[in-house]
Formats: sequence, C-alpha cells, structure tokens
Amino acid sequence: MIINGVSIDDTFAEAFGMRGTRVLITAQNLRWAYNAARAMTGFATSVIACGVEAGIERELSPEETPDGRPGVSILMFAMSSAVLMKQLETRLGQCVLTCPTAAAFSGIDDGYPEITKINLGKNLRFFGDGFQTSKVFNGKRYWRVPVMDGEFMTEESTGMIRSVGGGNFLILAESQPQALAACEAAIDAMSKVPNVIMPFPGGVVRSGSKVGSKYKSLIASTNDAFCPTLKGITKTELSPEIESVMEIVIDGLTDPDIRVAMRAGIAAACELGAKNGIKRISAGNYGGKLGPYHFKLREIMA
Amino acid sequence: MSALTFTLKQAIQQRVDVSALTPDNLAGKSLSDIAAIPLDSGRLKLRVDSLFDISGDNAEEIVFNNASGKLDYIGSKMKSGRITVNGGAGSYLGFQMRKGEIVLNGNADAYTASGMAGGLLHVHGNVGDFLAAAIPGDRKGMKGGIVLITGNAGERAGDQMRRGIILIEGNVGSYCASRMLAGTIGVLGSVGDYVGYGMRRGTLLLTQPPKLHATLQDCGTHTLPFLSLMFKSFSNLPSKFAAINKNRVQRFAGDIANDGKGEILVFK
Repeated sequence: MIINGVSIDDTFAEAFGMRGTRVLITAQNLRWAYNAARAMTGFATSVIACGVEAGIERELSPEETPDGRPGVSILMFAMSSAVLMKQLETRLGQCVLTCPTAAAFSGIDDGYPEITKINLGKNLRFFGDGFQTSKVFNGKRYWRVPVMDGEFMTEESTGMIRSVGGGNFLILAESQPQALAACEAAIDAMSKVPNVIMPFPGGVVRSGSKVGSKYKSLIASTNDAFCPTLKGITKTELSPEIESVMEIVIDGLTDPDIRVAMRAGIAAACELGAKNGIKRISAGNYGGKLGPYHFKLREIMA
Repeated sequence: MSALTFTLKQAIQQRVDVSALTPDNLAGKSLSDIAAIPLDSGRLKLRVDSLFDISGDNAEEIVFNNASGKLDYIGSKMKSGRITVNGGAGSYLGFQMRKGEIVLNGNADAYTASGMAGGLLHVHGNVGDFLAAAIPGDRKGMKGGIVLITGNAGERAGDQMRRGIILIEGNVGSYCASRMLAGTIGVLGSVGDYVGYGMRRGTLLLTQPPKLHATLQDCGTHTLPFLSLMFKSFSNLPSKFAAINKNRVQRFAGDIANDGKGEILVFK
C-alpha cells in the first residue's frame, strides 16, 4: 500500500487495556485553565515511570462547562484502577487545588457501557479543615473548599472506564527535520480527534523501545532495529535512505477512537508525501502476543 | 388513557386524609376498587366515591379537581407519576414524597414537603407554616428533591431541612431556615425576623438584606463560582430563578450559636 509515495507497512500496532478517565478543568479564563491542566498532565508521558499517561484532550467553551467558565478537558490513563485513582487524587490536589480560580468536574457521566465512579474531590475536601461545604445539584455532589483566593470547587467523583492505550505508528523519513515536520502535521490533525491523547512531549516520542536488554536490570531498551545510526551493525529494519524515525503513541477511551486518530495522523503525514522525504509508515508491536488490541495499518488506511 | 381524575363533589367540613390516592398506590386497580378505598376523616372512614366523582384510567396521571384545603397528605410517600391539584391542598402536601411530580394550582397549608426525599413539588400559590420542616418528633425535615413556590411561605420555612432545594418567589415569614441542617433555600421576596435561627449548615439565598440577629456574622462580599453552577442547574426549572445568573453576594455565616457553618447569601 502506497499513499502519496509513502509506503504503508503490512503490520499492526499492538495496544493494551488501560483504565481511563476524563476531568474537566475550568478557571476564570483559558490561561489559568491551561495552567492547571498542564500541571496536572505534566510528567505523564508513559506509565513505565510516570504512573499515568495524561494529556489535554481539547478546549471547552463556557457553554460546554458545568460552571459556565472556559476550560479544558484532560484524559488520564493507567494500567490499573488503583494507580489511576491514586494519581488522579494526588495530581488534582497538587495541580488544580493549588491553581488560582481553577475548578474540576467529572468528564465521564454516561455514554459508556460500564462506568465506575471514582473519587475526584471526595478526599480533597478535607483540606477545608471542617469549613468545607457540599452542594448537590442535579444529583451530583460538589464540594466547596475555602482557599485563599476564594473557594476551590470540585465535583465529588468522576467516571472511570475500560479504555485502550498504546496505539501507535512510526514515521520513517529521509532526515530528522522532515520526520519532525510530518509528526507535527500528524499531531495537528490528531489533536482535533475527540477521546484521545498523545501523551509524549508534543505528542511525539523518539525513543521507541524493544522488550529486554543486554543489561539484566533493564526490562526495555532502545529499539536498535529502528535506530538509523546503527544500520550497519544491527539487524536493521531501515532501508539505506531512512535517516530518522519518530513514533506517535495514542491513548484513547475506546478502540474506535484510536483508529480514527491513527487514520487522521497517518493521512496528515502522508499528505507531505515522498517529495518531503516521508518514505514509510510502520507501527510498533511485540509479535501480537502481549496486547489484545491490534491496529492493522493497512486496514485503518483502507 | 386519560388522567385519573378525582372531582370533589361538594365542600367538606371535616379534614380527609387522601394519602392512599397516589399513582403507585392506584396502579393496576380498577375504578370500582379505587371507589371502595376507605379514607380517614376524623373518626369516620369514607369511601372514595362518597367524596369524589372518579373518571379516567391512567393512574400515573392523577388530577384532583375542585380540591379544598381540607384534603391532607396529597401525594404522600408517592414514588412515581404526577399529581395535579386544582383548587387548594391541606396540610402535608407531598409528605415524604420520594419521586414524581406534584403540581398544585392553589394554596397549601402547613408542613408542605415535610420529609420529602425526591421529586418535584410545584405550588402555584402560597403555602402555610413549616414548609419542608420536620413534623414534631422527627429530627429532619425535607431530605431531597425540589420545591418551587410561586407565592409566599409562612413561618419556619425549611425548619430542620436536611437536603434539597426550595425556591420561593414570594415572601417568607419569620424563622426562615431555622435549625436548617443542609440544603438550599432561595427567596426572591422578603423574609421575616430571626432568619437562620439555629441554622447549622446549608445555604439561604436572598435578594434583599434581612434583619440579622447577633449570631449571624458578616463574611464580606464575594464572587462565588458555585453560584454559576447552581443557577445553571436551575435553568430548566419552571421558576423565576431559572433566569438568574448572578454570583456576587454578601456572605453571612451562622448561626454561630449552633456550629455556624450555614450561610446566608444576599445578592449585591
């Protein structure tokens, strides 16, 4: 399969089941909503060392938010519900409770077959030292915690669902700037897709890994088959003209969400085409035995 | 299917307990069964058909026509459906109501919405004393749901109220929100003396400054974002409160003689 001179490998991305949640963060204006959201989704690129993978899903207009202020929605994913709940609580406490004018609300209430209610501000309320008050509107409980800028407002709980993490594709290009330009185009297109985040810096990861290492203590190490500088000395996957490979990883609330995002991203990268040095699109997998979700590139782009 | 309609045949002298006539109680019953239900009236037990002309067959939609202030416990403990009352209602309208909707076109007497735990109670008229209050012996009044009053309410409105929302478009008598445990009361008109007397928690929202007793303390004027959230949640209600979108208030806390975590918010 070749799109605009870019060959699409006959391979698949292998993804895993994760637990996901969405939180709506509002503030006096978008600047402060972003400040809270960026802090809350900071250091959340990979579950390997960050606990969660998190990112900003999209901006919310005042009409879309519960309190009529501008905001952003964020998605958070973890490998287990216990880790997700713990990370949600600590990040909310350190990043939203602390951020001037910011408030947090549930982002998943219905629309999915199995929604588990998890704590959002339920335990943070105790920061109020007895001065906290709760209000119930339309069946949802909100907490008002007195803080120095006024009141911190948060919904008591949000919804957690079974979701999918680790959807991915690789962009193989003739030079590093060309690979990066294709990634930027892909991320621009994918950031318009709802229900997904690309958790790595700017959405792009350069340090794709393989399972295992020559060092006993490492469970993963650099994916030498895709390292352009090792072409001559390793069992390489790269043809002579490839000089740089970058990967985009996608976490989504459902399997179809990831397919939509992958299609949008690959299409945007392919639009630059062979004339801009984009040669191949591939994907990362572990032979198909580890992850239950397989995203076949050619099927997605068909 | 037409609404199950009870039309009072003539003015009654003695009070009648009509708590048996709720949608969930009458569901699946034939008209002759319904006609034979005994209603307490003082020492007497009166058949429903001795008081009312009965028509219609949809027990989920009950209508009382020609109703009078002598009919107590309308919609008591109801769990579903809708009751429309044309005329007046006696005491205990919506007593311990759980779910569903009651619309009263007329005035109601004391203890309206007492013990109510859910649903919507809409009074197009005035209500008497002890709106949403606990009956003597109970420790908690209204425990949930929404009460809309287009007219005035009497004294002790919200006494020992525990949860839920009461929105009153008219005036309220003395001791409004007394001993209130939690919940929200909004009043567009005036309130009488001793507002928030013994108030423990909860929110009382007023449009004009009340007369405050000594144990209510001024906490200054603030812009509270939760009010936007609250008024947004009111925006679908058939009430004048649906059109409000203000969040600048003066906050009085109290009653500090009783924990002091209640608040009286007065629009600026």
